Amino acid sequence: MATVARKKRSKLTAYNNWGYFFVAPFVIVFLIFSVYPVLRTLYLSFTDLKIIGDANWIGFKNYQRVVTDKFFWKALLNTIRIWGVNIVLQLGLAFLLMMVFSDVKYKIRGLKVFRIIYYLPNLIAATSIAFLFNTLLDWRYGTFNIMISEIYKLFGATYNPVDWLGSPNTAGYTIAVIQSWMWFGNSFLMLMAGVQGVSRDYFEAASIDGAGRWTIFGRITLPLIKPIMMYVAITSLIGGLQMFDLPFLMSAASSASYSSVQTVMMYLYKFGFTTGSTQVGYASAVAYMLFLIIFTVSLIQLKLFNRKED
Amino acid sequence: MWNKCMKALLYFFLILLAAMCLFPFLMMMVNATRSGAEIVTGFTLIPSTHTADNWHTVFEYFNLFVGMRNSILVAIPATLLSAYFSSMTAYGLAFYKFKGNKVIFMAILIFMMIPGQLSLIGFYQLCSKLHLINSYIPLIIPAIAAPGTVFFLRQYILSSLSPSLVEAARIDGASELYTFHRLVIPIISPAVATMGIMGFIGNWNNYLLPMILINKNEKMTLPVMMATLRSSTDINANQGAIYLAVAISIIPILVVFCFFSKYIISSVSAGAVKE
Repeated sequence: MATVARKKRSKLTAYNNWGYFFVAPFVIVFLIFSVYPVLRTLYLSFTDLKIIGDANWIGFKNYQRVVTDKFFWKALLNTIRIWGVNIVLQLGLAFLLMMVFSDVKYKIRGLKVFRIIYYLPNLIAATSIAFLFNTLLDWRYGTFNIMISEIYKLFGATYNPVDWLGSPNTAGYTIAVIQSWMWFGNSFLMLMAGVQGVSRDYFEAASIDGAGRWTIFGRITLPLIKPIMMYVAITSLIGGLQMFDLPFLMSAASSASYSSVQTVMMYLYKFGFTTGSTQVGYASAVAYMLFLIIFTVSLIQLKLFNRKED
Repeated sequence: MWNKCMKALLYFFLILLAAMCLFPFLMMMVNATRSGAEIVTGFTLIPSTHTADNWHTVFEYFNLFVGMRNSILVAIPATLLSAYFSSMTAYGLAFYKFKGNKVIFMAILIFMMIPGQLSLIGFYQLCSKLHLINSYIPLIIPAIAAPGTVFFLRQYILSSLSPSLVEAARIDGASELYTFHRLVIPIISPAVATMGIMGFIGNWNNYLLPMILINKNEKMTLPVMMATLRSSTDINANQGAIYLAVAISIIPILVVFCFFSKYIISSVSAGAVKE
Protein backbone atom coordinates (compact mmCIF):
# COMPACT_ATOMS: atom_id res chain seq x y z
CA MET A 1 0.00 0.00 0.00
CA ALA A 2 2.67 2.42 1.10
CA THR A 3 4.69 1.88 -2.03
CA VAL A 4 1.66 2.50 -4.20
CA ALA A 5 1.00 5.78 -2.42
CA ARG A 6 4.61 6.77 -2.70
CA LYS A 7 4.65 5.84 -6.34
CA LYS A 8 1.56 7.89 -6.94
CA ARG A 9 3.01 10.84 -5.07
CA SER A 10 6.31 10.68 -6.92
CA LYS A 11 4.42 10.57 -10.18
CA LEU A 12 2.46 13.65 -9.13
CA THR A 13 5.69 15.42 -8.20
CA ALA A 14 7.03 14.48 -11.60
CA TYR A 15 3.99 16.05 -13.18
CA ASN A 16 4.26 19.11 -11.00
CA ASN A 17 7.90 19.60 -11.96
CA TRP A 18 6.60 20.39 -15.42
CA GLY A 19 5.32 23.61 -13.84
CA TYR A 20 8.88 24.94 -13.85
CA PHE A 21 9.12 24.20 -17.53
CA PHE A 22 5.90 26.07 -18.28
CA VAL A 23 6.79 29.22 -16.36
CA ALA A 24 10.52 29.29 -17.14
CA PRO A 25 10.42 31.48 -20.29
CA PHE A 26 8.21 33.99 -18.53
CA VAL A 27 10.40 34.11 -15.44
CA ILE A 28 13.63 34.57 -17.42
CA VAL A 29 12.28 37.37 -19.63
CA PHE A 30 10.46 38.94 -16.70
CA LEU A 31 13.63 39.12 -14.61
CA ILE A 32 15.70 40.60 -17.44
CA PHE A 33 13.26 43.04 -19.03
CA SER A 34 10.90 43.97 -16.17
CA VAL A 35 12.49 43.43 -12.77
CA TYR A 36 16.02 44.49 -13.63
CA PRO A 37 15.01 47.82 -15.30
CA VAL A 38 12.76 48.71 -12.35
CA LEU A 39 15.55 48.04 -9.83
CA ARG A 40 18.18 49.66 -12.02
CA THR A 41 16.07 52.82 -12.27
CA LEU A 42 15.66 52.77 -8.48
CA TYR A 43 19.44 52.54 -8.04
CA LEU A 44 20.08 55.32 -10.57
CA SER A 45 17.66 57.61 -8.74
CA PHE A 46 20.19 57.69 -5.89
CA THR A 47 23.11 58.61 -8.15
CA ASP A 48 24.31 61.68 -10.01
CA LEU A 49 24.63 59.92 -13.39
CA LYS A 50 24.33 62.35 -16.29
CA ILE A 51 24.61 60.31 -19.50
CA ILE A 52 27.69 58.17 -19.33
CA GLY A 53 30.54 57.93 -16.92
CA ASP A 54 30.52 57.00 -13.27
CA ALA A 55 27.37 56.93 -11.22
CA ASN A 56 28.17 58.29 -7.77
CA TRP A 57 25.88 57.51 -4.87
CA ILE A 58 24.38 60.76 -3.61
CA GLY A 59 21.65 59.48 -1.33
CA PHE A 60 18.33 61.27 -1.35
CA LYS A 61 19.64 64.43 -3.06
CA ASN A 62 17.69 63.81 -6.28
CA TYR A 63 14.50 63.31 -4.31
CA GLN A 64 15.10 66.50 -2.33
CA ARG A 65 15.53 68.25 -5.62
CA VAL A 66 12.29 66.85 -7.08
CA VAL A 67 10.29 67.88 -4.04
CA THR A 68 11.51 71.46 -4.31
CA ASP A 69 11.50 71.61 -8.11
CA LYS A 70 8.71 73.98 -9.04
CA PHE A 71 8.78 72.80 -12.68
CA PHE A 72 8.06 69.28 -11.53
CA TRP A 73 5.02 70.44 -9.55
CA LYS A 74 3.90 72.57 -12.45
CA ALA A 75 4.14 69.52 -14.72
CA LEU A 76 2.16 67.47 -12.20
CA LEU A 77 -0.47 70.18 -12.01
CA ASN A 78 -0.69 70.33 -15.82
CA THR A 79 -1.09 66.57 -15.98
CA ILE A 80 -3.83 66.52 -13.35
CA ARG A 81 -5.65 69.44 -14.96
CA ILE A 82 -5.68 67.87 -18.41
CA TRP A 83 -6.67 64.51 -16.95
CA GLY A 84 -9.36 66.06 -14.74
CA VAL A 85 -11.13 67.90 -17.54
CA ASN A 86 -10.83 64.81 -19.68
CA ILE A 87 -12.26 62.38 -17.10
CA VAL A 88 -15.25 64.59 -16.32
CA LEU A 89 -16.17 64.82 -20.00
CA GLN A 90 -15.33 61.22 -20.73
CA LEU A 91 -17.20 59.66 -17.83
CA GLY A 92 -20.03 62.18 -18.07
CA LEU A 93 -20.68 61.31 -21.70
CA ALA A 94 -20.29 57.60 -21.06
CA PHE A 95 -22.72 57.84 -18.17
CA LEU A 96 -25.30 59.74 -20.22
CA LEU A 97 -25.03 57.21 -23.01
CA MET A 98 -25.36 54.35 -20.57
CA MET A 99 -28.53 55.96 -19.19
CA VAL A 100 -29.96 56.36 -22.67
CA PHE A 101 -29.24 52.81 -23.75
CA SER A 102 -30.33 51.13 -20.54
CA ASP A 103 -33.57 53.07 -20.25
CA VAL A 104 -36.47 50.66 -19.79
CA LYS A 105 -39.06 53.04 -21.17
CA TYR A 106 -37.66 54.28 -24.45
CA LYS A 107 -35.85 51.07 -25.43
CA ILE A 108 -33.35 52.81 -27.68
CA ARG A 109 -32.09 50.61 -30.50
CA GLY A 110 -28.90 50.47 -32.53
CA LEU A 111 -26.50 49.91 -29.63
CA LYS A 112 -24.33 47.62 -31.75
CA VAL A 113 -23.74 50.21 -34.44
CA PHE A 114 -23.38 53.19 -32.12
CA ARG A 115 -20.86 51.53 -29.83
CA ILE A 116 -18.61 50.66 -32.76
CA ILE A 117 -18.62 54.29 -33.92
CA TYR A 118 -18.05 55.63 -30.40
CA TYR A 119 -15.16 53.28 -29.87
CA LEU A 120 -13.46 54.01 -33.18
CA PRO A 121 -11.31 57.02 -32.12
CA ASN A 122 -9.80 54.90 -29.35
CA LEU A 123 -8.24 52.51 -31.83
CA ILE A 124 -6.16 54.96 -33.73
CA ALA A 125 -2.58 55.69 -32.80
CA ALA A 126 -2.12 58.85 -30.76
CA THR A 127 0.52 59.99 -33.24
CA SER A 128 -1.99 59.98 -36.10
CA ILE A 129 -4.66 61.64 -33.95
CA ALA A 130 -2.17 64.31 -32.89
CA PHE A 131 -1.29 65.33 -36.45
CA LEU A 132 -4.88 65.13 -37.61
CA PHE A 133 -5.90 67.64 -34.94
CA ASN A 134 -2.73 69.71 -35.20
CA THR A 135 -3.69 70.34 -38.79
CA LEU A 136 -7.44 70.73 -38.25
CA LEU A 137 -6.83 73.17 -35.41
CA ASP A 138 -4.10 75.25 -37.03
CA TRP A 139 -5.12 78.76 -36.09
CA ARG A 140 -4.77 80.38 -39.48
CA TYR A 141 -5.28 77.65 -42.04
CA GLY A 142 -6.96 74.90 -40.04
CA THR A 143 -10.33 73.67 -41.26
CA PHE A 144 -11.82 74.04 -37.78
CA ASN A 145 -11.26 77.80 -37.55
CA ILE A 146 -12.25 78.30 -41.17
CA MET A 147 -15.56 76.55 -40.45
CA ILE A 148 -16.24 78.71 -37.40
CA SER A 149 -15.39 81.84 -39.30
CA GLU A 150 -17.80 80.89 -42.08
CA ILE A 151 -20.55 80.31 -39.53
CA TYR A 152 -19.79 83.73 -38.04
CA LYS A 153 -19.99 85.23 -41.50
CA LEU A 154 -23.52 83.84 -41.92
CA PHE A 155 -24.53 86.02 -39.00
CA GLY A 156 -22.52 88.95 -40.24
CA ALA A 157 -19.93 88.73 -37.49
CA THR A 158 -16.19 88.41 -37.72
CA TYR A 159 -14.41 85.64 -35.94
CA ASN A 160 -11.11 86.35 -34.33
CA PRO A 161 -9.35 82.99 -34.75
CA VAL A 162 -8.43 81.22 -31.53
CA ASP A 163 -5.04 79.55 -31.47
CA TRP A 164 -6.41 76.39 -29.83
CA LEU A 165 -3.11 74.60 -29.37
CA GLY A 166 -0.72 77.52 -29.35
CA SER A 167 -2.20 79.64 -26.59
CA PRO A 168 -1.50 78.66 -22.98
CA ASN A 169 -5.12 79.50 -22.06
CA THR A 170 -6.67 76.94 -24.39
CA ALA A 171 -4.01 74.31 -25.18
CA GLY A 172 -4.57 72.19 -22.06
CA TYR A 173 -8.34 72.17 -22.47
CA THR A 174 -8.10 71.41 -26.17
CA ILE A 175 -5.90 68.41 -25.48
CA ALA A 176 -8.25 67.30 -22.69
CA VAL A 177 -11.25 67.45 -25.04
CA ILE A 178 -9.41 65.41 -27.69
CA GLN A 179 -8.37 62.93 -25.02
CA SER A 180 -11.98 62.50 -23.90
CA TRP A 181 -13.06 62.23 -27.53
CA MET A 182 -10.65 59.30 -27.83
CA TRP A 183 -11.71 57.59 -24.61
CA PHE A 184 -15.42 58.10 -23.94
CA GLY A 185 -16.35 55.16 -26.17
CA ASN A 186 -14.10 52.92 -24.13
CA SER A 187 -15.69 54.04 -20.85
CA PHE A 188 -19.14 53.68 -22.35
CA LEU A 189 -18.41 50.07 -23.35
CA MET A 190 -17.28 49.30 -19.82
CA LEU A 191 -20.34 50.86 -18.19
CA MET A 192 -22.59 49.09 -20.67
CA ALA A 193 -20.91 45.76 -19.93
CA GLY A 194 -21.76 46.31 -16.28
CA VAL A 195 -25.41 46.98 -17.00
CA GLN A 196 -25.70 44.04 -19.35
CA GLY A 197 -24.06 41.80 -16.79
CA VAL A 198 -27.43 41.71 -15.07
CA SER A 199 -30.08 39.70 -16.83
CA ARG A 200 -32.91 41.56 -18.49
CA ASP A 201 -35.42 39.62 -16.34
CA TYR A 202 -34.19 41.53 -13.35
CA PHE A 203 -35.24 44.84 -14.86
CA GLU A 204 -38.46 43.45 -16.22
CA ALA A 205 -39.40 41.87 -12.89
CA ALA A 206 -38.81 45.22 -11.20
CA SER A 207 -40.97 47.03 -13.70
CA ILE A 208 -43.74 44.43 -13.40
CA ASP A 209 -43.61 44.93 -9.64
CA GLY A 210 -44.45 48.52 -10.36
CA ALA A 211 -41.05 50.13 -9.96
CA GLY A 212 -40.80 53.32 -12.02
CA ARG A 213 -37.87 53.77 -14.38
CA TRP A 214 -36.18 56.23 -12.04
CA THR A 215 -36.52 53.78 -9.16
CA ILE A 216 -35.06 51.08 -11.36
CA PHE A 217 -32.25 53.40 -12.35
CA GLY A 218 -31.52 54.42 -8.77
CA ARG A 219 -31.92 51.03 -7.15
CA ILE A 220 -30.55 48.64 -9.75
CA THR A 221 -28.54 50.41 -12.42
CA LEU A 222 -26.69 52.96 -10.31
CA PRO A 223 -25.33 50.65 -7.59
CA LEU A 224 -24.26 48.33 -10.36
CA ILE A 225 -22.46 51.03 -12.26
CA LYS A 226 -20.69 52.66 -9.33
CA PRO A 227 -17.86 50.15 -8.93
CA ILE A 228 -17.27 50.14 -12.68
CA MET A 229 -17.16 53.95 -12.79
CA MET A 230 -14.62 53.76 -10.00
CA TYR A 231 -12.60 51.17 -11.85
CA VAL A 232 -12.66 53.25 -15.03
CA ALA A 233 -11.59 56.35 -13.09
CA ILE A 234 -8.71 54.58 -11.36
CA THR A 235 -7.32 52.97 -14.48
CA SER A 236 -7.76 56.26 -16.29
CA LEU A 237 -5.88 58.11 -13.56
CA ILE A 238 -3.02 55.63 -13.63
CA GLY A 239 -2.83 56.03 -17.40
CA GLY A 240 -3.51 59.77 -17.24
CA LEU A 241 -0.63 60.51 -14.88
CA GLN A 242 1.65 58.93 -17.48
CA MET A 243 0.17 61.05 -20.26
CA PHE A 244 2.74 61.74 -22.94
CA ASP A 245 1.88 61.19 -26.61
CA LEU A 246 -0.80 63.82 -27.24
CA PRO A 247 0.65 66.77 -25.29
CA PHE A 248 4.15 65.95 -26.52
CA LEU A 249 3.14 65.86 -30.17
CA MET A 250 0.65 68.72 -30.00
CA SER A 251 2.95 71.37 -28.58
CA ALA A 252 6.26 72.47 -29.99
CA ALA A 253 8.95 73.02 -27.37
CA SER A 254 9.26 76.57 -28.67
CA SER A 255 5.55 77.43 -28.48
CA ALA A 256 3.97 79.65 -25.85
CA SER A 257 1.69 76.85 -24.70
CA TYR A 258 4.47 74.35 -24.02
CA SER A 259 4.90 75.07 -20.32
CA SER A 260 1.14 74.85 -19.78
CA VAL A 261 0.85 71.34 -21.22
CA GLN A 262 4.18 69.83 -20.19
CA THR A 263 3.24 66.65 -18.33
CA VAL A 264 5.33 64.72 -15.80
CA MET A 265 6.26 62.16 -18.44
CA MET A 266 7.38 64.95 -20.75
CA TYR A 267 9.45 66.34 -17.89
CA LEU A 268 10.96 62.90 -17.32
CA TYR A 269 11.64 62.57 -21.04
CA LYS A 270 13.43 65.90 -21.02
CA PHE A 271 15.93 64.75 -18.40
CA GLY A 272 16.04 61.11 -19.39
CA PHE A 273 16.35 61.24 -23.14
CA THR A 274 16.68 64.71 -24.62
CA THR A 275 20.17 65.53 -25.80
CA GLY A 276 21.55 68.57 -24.04
CA SER A 277 19.50 68.22 -20.87
CA THR A 278 20.18 64.60 -19.97
CA GLN A 279 20.44 63.91 -16.25
CA VAL A 280 19.63 60.23 -15.94
CA GLY A 281 19.86 60.13 -12.14
CA TYR A 282 17.42 62.97 -11.73
CA ALA A 283 15.03 61.57 -14.35
CA SER A 284 14.99 58.27 -12.43
CA ALA A 285 14.00 60.10 -9.26
CA VAL A 286 11.20 61.83 -11.19
CA ALA A 287 10.04 58.39 -12.35
CA TYR A 288 9.89 57.09 -8.78
CA MET A 289 8.13 60.20 -7.52
CA LEU A 290 5.54 59.67 -10.22
CA PHE A 291 5.19 56.06 -9.18
CA LEU A 292 4.72 57.05 -5.53
CA ILE A 293 2.00 59.49 -6.51
CA ILE A 294 0.21 56.97 -8.72
CA PHE A 295 0.46 54.34 -6.02
CA THR A 296 -0.85 56.60 -3.24
CA VAL A 297 -3.73 57.96 -5.26
CA SER A 298 -4.92 54.55 -6.34
CA LEU A 299 -4.68 53.27 -2.74
CA ILE A 300 -6.69 56.21 -1.42
CA GLN A 301 -9.29 55.79 -4.13
CA LEU A 302 -9.59 52.07 -3.49
CA LYS A 303 -10.01 52.70 0.24
CA LEU A 304 -12.65 55.38 -0.19
CA PHE A 305 -14.50 53.20 -2.59
CA ASN A 306 -14.44 50.13 -0.33
CA ARG A 307 -15.79 52.14 2.59
CA LYS A 308 -18.76 53.32 0.57
CA GLU A 309 -19.51 49.75 -0.36
CA ASP A 310 -19.94 48.63 3.27
CA MET B 1 -46.59 62.61 -28.07
CA TRP B 2 -44.12 63.87 -25.51
CA ASN B 3 -42.65 60.40 -25.40
CA LYS B 4 -42.11 60.36 -29.14
CA CYS B 5 -40.46 63.77 -29.07
CA MET B 6 -38.22 62.67 -26.24
CA LYS B 7 -37.26 59.54 -28.11
CA ALA B 8 -36.49 61.52 -31.26
CA LEU B 9 -34.41 63.90 -29.18
CA LEU B 10 -32.40 61.03 -27.72
CA TYR B 11 -31.72 59.60 -31.17
CA PHE B 12 -30.67 63.03 -32.31
CA PHE B 13 -28.20 63.21 -29.43
CA LEU B 14 -26.79 59.76 -30.26
CA ILE B 15 -26.41 60.58 -33.94
CA LEU B 16 -24.81 63.92 -33.16
CA LEU B 17 -22.26 62.18 -30.98
CA ALA B 18 -21.59 59.61 -33.69
CA ALA B 19 -21.12 62.44 -36.17
CA MET B 20 -18.62 64.05 -33.81
CA CYS B 21 -16.67 60.81 -33.75
CA LEU B 22 -16.59 60.49 -37.51
CA PHE B 23 -16.38 64.10 -38.61
CA PRO B 24 -12.62 64.60 -38.11
CA PHE B 25 -12.00 61.50 -40.22
CA LEU B 26 -14.37 62.73 -42.90
CA MET B 27 -12.57 66.09 -42.98
CA MET B 28 -9.29 64.22 -43.20
CA MET B 29 -10.43 62.21 -46.21
CA VAL B 30 -11.82 65.22 -48.05
CA ASN B 31 -8.80 67.38 -47.31
CA ALA B 32 -6.41 64.61 -48.35
CA THR B 33 -7.67 65.12 -51.90
CA ARG B 34 -7.25 68.90 -51.85
CA SER B 35 -4.16 71.00 -52.36
CA GLY B 36 -2.70 73.11 -49.59
CA ALA B 37 -3.92 76.26 -51.29
CA GLU B 38 -7.48 74.97 -51.60
CA ILE B 39 -7.68 73.99 -47.95
CA VAL B 40 -6.64 77.45 -46.86
CA THR B 41 -9.36 79.14 -48.89
CA GLY B 42 -12.34 77.46 -47.36
CA PHE B 43 -14.17 74.48 -45.99
CA THR B 44 -15.99 71.98 -48.16
CA LEU B 45 -17.09 68.36 -48.18
CA ILE B 46 -16.53 67.97 -51.93
CA PRO B 47 -13.32 66.08 -52.75
CA SER B 48 -10.85 67.70 -55.10
CA THR B 49 -8.32 66.26 -57.53
CA HIS B 50 -4.96 66.71 -55.86
CA THR B 51 -4.56 63.29 -54.27
CA ALA B 52 -1.69 62.37 -56.59
CA ASP B 53 0.22 65.58 -55.84
CA ASN B 54 -0.24 65.08 -52.11
CA TRP B 55 0.83 61.47 -52.46
CA HIS B 56 3.97 62.63 -54.19
CA THR B 57 4.74 65.13 -51.44
CA VAL B 58 4.19 62.56 -48.70
CA PHE B 59 6.36 59.89 -50.26
CA GLU B 60 9.10 62.32 -51.08
CA TYR B 61 9.28 63.06 -47.38
CA PHE B 62 9.01 59.50 -46.02
CA ASN B 63 7.97 56.04 -47.11
CA LEU B 64 4.99 55.13 -44.97
CA PHE B 65 4.91 51.60 -46.40
CA VAL B 66 8.33 50.94 -44.89
CA GLY B 67 6.91 52.13 -41.59
CA MET B 68 3.96 49.77 -41.97
CA ARG B 69 6.26 46.87 -42.77
CA ASN B 70 8.36 47.67 -39.69
CA SER B 71 5.27 47.91 -37.52
CA ILE B 72 4.14 44.52 -38.80
CA LEU B 73 7.60 43.08 -38.11
CA VAL B 74 7.28 44.23 -34.50
CA ALA B 75 3.59 43.87 -33.71
CA ILE B 76 2.92 40.40 -35.13
CA PRO B 77 5.84 38.52 -33.50
CA ALA B 78 5.23 40.37 -30.22
CA THR B 79 1.55 39.43 -30.26
CA LEU B 80 2.21 35.79 -31.12
CA LEU B 81 4.95 35.41 -28.51
CA SER B 82 2.79 37.06 -25.89
CA ALA B 83 -0.19 34.84 -26.71
CA TYR B 84 1.79 31.60 -26.68
CA PHE B 85 4.01 32.20 -23.66
CA SER B 86 1.29 33.86 -21.61
CA SER B 87 -0.92 30.80 -22.15
CA MET B 88 1.97 28.58 -21.14
CA THR B 89 2.72 30.58 -18.01
CA ALA B 90 -0.93 30.85 -17.06
CA TYR B 91 -1.40 27.11 -17.44
CA GLY B 92 1.74 26.42 -15.44
CA LEU B 93 0.59 28.68 -12.62
CA ALA B 94 -2.96 27.39 -12.61
CA PHE B 95 -2.38 23.63 -12.87
CA TYR B 96 0.95 22.77 -11.32
CA LYS B 97 2.00 22.86 -7.69
CA PHE B 98 5.65 23.76 -7.42
CA LYS B 99 7.88 25.86 -5.21
CA GLY B 100 7.72 29.53 -6.17
CA ASN B 101 4.33 29.35 -7.82
CA LYS B 102 2.83 31.78 -5.30
CA VAL B 103 5.86 34.07 -5.44
CA ILE B 104 5.56 34.38 -9.21
CA PHE B 105 1.85 35.09 -8.94
CA MET B 106 2.49 37.80 -6.34
CA ALA B 107 5.16 39.33 -8.57
CA ILE B 108 2.64 39.40 -11.42
CA LEU B 109 0.08 41.19 -9.24
CA ILE B 110 2.67 43.74 -8.14
CA PHE B 111 3.94 44.40 -11.65
CA MET B 112 0.41 44.90 -12.91
CA MET B 113 0.29 47.89 -10.59
CA ILE B 114 3.68 49.33 -11.54
CA PRO B 115 3.40 51.74 -14.46
CA GLY B 116 5.50 50.63 -17.38
CA GLN B 117 7.07 54.04 -17.79
CA LEU B 118 8.70 53.70 -14.38
CA SER B 119 11.40 51.45 -15.75
CA LEU B 120 11.92 53.33 -19.00
CA ILE B 121 15.35 54.62 -18.02
CA GLY B 122 16.61 51.31 -16.71
CA PHE B 123 15.19 49.58 -19.77
CA TYR B 124 16.95 51.95 -22.12
CA GLN B 125 20.25 51.52 -20.30
CA LEU B 126 19.91 47.75 -20.43
CA CYS B 127 19.27 47.87 -24.17
CA SER B 128 22.17 50.16 -24.86
CA LYS B 129 24.47 47.94 -22.80
CA LEU B 130 23.33 44.91 -24.80
CA HIS B 131 23.74 46.86 -28.08
CA LEU B 132 20.05 46.57 -28.82
CA ILE B 133 19.45 50.17 -29.87
CA ASN B 134 17.85 50.18 -33.34
CA SER B 135 17.01 46.51 -32.92
CA TYR B 136 13.50 45.10 -32.69
CA ILE B 137 14.46 42.61 -29.99
CA PRO B 138 13.62 44.92 -27.05
CA LEU B 139 10.26 45.64 -28.68
CA ILE B 140 9.42 41.97 -29.26
CA ILE B 141 11.04 39.71 -26.65
CA PRO B 142 9.62 41.44 -23.51
CA ALA B 143 6.16 40.50 -24.82
CA ILE B 144 6.92 36.99 -23.54
CA ALA B 145 6.45 38.33 -20.00
CA ALA B 146 3.13 40.19 -19.99
CA PRO B 147 1.79 40.12 -16.41
CA GLY B 148 -1.67 41.43 -17.28
CA THR B 149 -2.23 38.82 -19.97
CA VAL B 150 -0.98 36.01 -17.74
CA PHE B 151 -3.30 37.13 -14.94
CA PHE B 152 -6.31 37.26 -17.25
CA LEU B 153 -5.59 33.86 -18.82
CA ARG B 154 -4.92 32.24 -15.44
CA GLN B 155 -8.36 33.28 -14.23
CA TYR B 156 -9.86 32.03 -17.46
CA ILE B 157 -8.11 28.66 -17.22
CA LEU B 158 -9.22 28.18 -13.61
CA SER B 159 -12.83 28.82 -14.57
CA SER B 160 -13.01 26.96 -17.88
CA LEU B 161 -10.59 24.03 -17.79
CA SER B 162 -11.59 21.09 -15.63
CA PRO B 163 -8.73 19.19 -13.89
CA SER B 164 -10.34 15.86 -14.71
CA LEU B 165 -9.85 16.60 -18.39
CA VAL B 166 -6.13 17.05 -17.89
CA GLU B 167 -6.00 13.91 -15.74
CA ALA B 168 -7.80 11.92 -18.39
CA ALA B 169 -5.22 13.03 -20.93
CA ARG B 170 -2.42 11.92 -18.57
CA ILE B 171 -4.01 8.50 -18.06
CA ASP B 172 -4.21 8.13 -21.82
CA GLY B 173 -0.48 8.68 -21.86
CA ALA B 174 -0.38 12.13 -23.39
CA SER B 175 2.76 14.08 -22.60
CA GLU B 176 2.39 17.36 -20.72
CA LEU B 177 3.33 19.39 -23.77
CA TYR B 178 0.92 17.46 -25.96
CA THR B 179 -1.85 18.10 -23.44
CA PHE B 180 -1.02 21.80 -23.43
CA HIS B 181 -0.99 22.10 -27.20
CA ARG B 182 -3.91 19.85 -28.06
CA LEU B 183 -6.20 20.27 -25.07
CA VAL B 184 -5.48 23.48 -23.19
CA ILE B 185 -4.86 25.89 -26.05
CA PRO B 186 -8.07 25.02 -27.97
CA ILE B 187 -10.13 25.46 -24.80
CA ILE B 188 -8.68 28.84 -23.88
CA SER B 189 -8.39 30.11 -27.45
CA PRO B 190 -11.29 32.62 -27.15
CA ALA B 191 -9.54 34.33 -24.23
CA VAL B 192 -6.18 34.17 -26.01
CA ALA B 193 -7.72 35.77 -29.11
CA THR B 194 -9.21 38.53 -26.98
CA MET B 195 -5.90 39.35 -25.35
CA GLY B 196 -4.09 38.90 -28.66
CA ILE B 197 -6.15 41.42 -30.58
CA MET B 198 -5.84 44.02 -27.83
CA GLY B 199 -2.12 43.32 -27.58
CA PHE B 200 -1.71 43.75 -31.31
CA ILE B 201 -3.44 47.13 -31.29
CA GLY B 202 -1.36 48.23 -28.32
CA ASN B 203 1.87 47.18 -30.02
CA TRP B 204 0.84 48.71 -33.31
CA ASN B 205 0.07 52.09 -31.73
CA ASN B 206 2.96 52.13 -29.28
CA TYR B 207 4.99 55.30 -29.57
CA LEU B 208 7.19 56.21 -26.60
CA LEU B 209 9.31 53.07 -26.35
CA PRO B 210 10.05 52.61 -30.08
CA MET B 211 10.72 56.35 -30.30
CA ILE B 212 13.40 56.06 -27.63
CA LEU B 213 14.94 52.87 -28.97
CA ILE B 214 14.89 53.49 -32.71
CA ASN B 215 16.49 56.43 -34.44
CA LYS B 216 17.37 55.06 -37.88
CA ASN B 217 14.85 56.20 -40.47
CA GLU B 218 14.62 52.88 -42.26
CA LYS B 219 13.88 51.05 -38.99
CA MET B 220 11.16 53.33 -37.64
CA THR B 221 7.74 51.90 -36.89
CA LEU B 222 4.71 53.69 -38.29
CA PRO B 223 3.91 55.88 -35.22
CA VAL B 224 7.55 56.91 -34.83
CA MET B 225 7.75 57.74 -38.52
CA MET B 226 4.54 59.75 -38.32
CA ALA B 227 5.91 61.66 -35.35
CA THR B 228 8.82 62.96 -37.43
CA LEU B 229 6.22 65.29 -38.97
CA ARG B 230 6.59 67.26 -35.76
CA SER B 231 9.94 68.67 -36.77
CA SER B 232 9.51 68.93 -40.53
CA THR B 233 8.70 72.29 -42.03
CA ASP B 234 8.59 71.60 -45.74
CA ILE B 235 5.70 69.15 -45.49
CA ASN B 236 3.81 71.35 -43.05
CA ALA B 237 3.49 73.91 -45.81
CA ASN B 238 1.10 71.54 -47.54
CA GLN B 239 -1.78 70.56 -45.28
CA GLY B 240 -3.24 68.26 -47.93
CA ALA B 241 -0.13 66.09 -47.70
CA ILE B 242 -0.40 65.84 -43.91
CA TYR B 243 -4.04 64.78 -44.13
CA LEU B 244 -3.09 62.16 -46.68
CA ALA B 245 -0.22 60.88 -44.52
CA VAL B 246 -2.56 60.59 -41.51
CA ALA B 247 -5.16 58.83 -43.67
CA ILE B 248 -2.64 56.29 -44.94
CA SER B 249 -1.33 55.70 -41.43
CA ILE B 250 -4.74 54.76 -40.04
CA ILE B 251 -5.86 52.48 -42.86
CA PRO B 252 -4.25 49.29 -41.47
CA ILE B 253 -5.91 49.61 -38.08
CA LEU B 254 -9.25 50.37 -39.72
CA VAL B 255 -8.95 47.17 -41.75
CA VAL B 256 -8.20 45.24 -38.57
CA PHE B 257 -11.22 46.85 -36.94
CA CYS B 258 -13.50 45.90 -39.82
CA PHE B 259 -12.62 42.23 -39.39
CA PHE B 260 -12.35 42.06 -35.62
CA SER B 261 -14.71 44.72 -34.30
CA LYS B 262 -16.78 42.07 -32.53
CA TYR B 263 -13.72 40.70 -30.74
CA ILE B 264 -12.46 44.16 -29.89
CA ILE B 265 -15.76 45.33 -28.46
CA SER B 266 -16.19 42.16 -26.43
CA SER B 267 -12.66 42.29 -25.06
CA VAL B 268 -13.12 45.84 -23.79
CA SER B 269 -16.29 44.67 -22.10
CA ALA B 270 -14.50 41.62 -20.69
CA GLY B 271 -12.07 43.97 -19.00
CA ALA B 272 -14.93 45.62 -17.15
CA VAL B 273 -16.65 42.44 -16.02
CA LYS B 274 -13.38 40.99 -14.79
CA GLU B 275 -13.27 43.58 -12.04
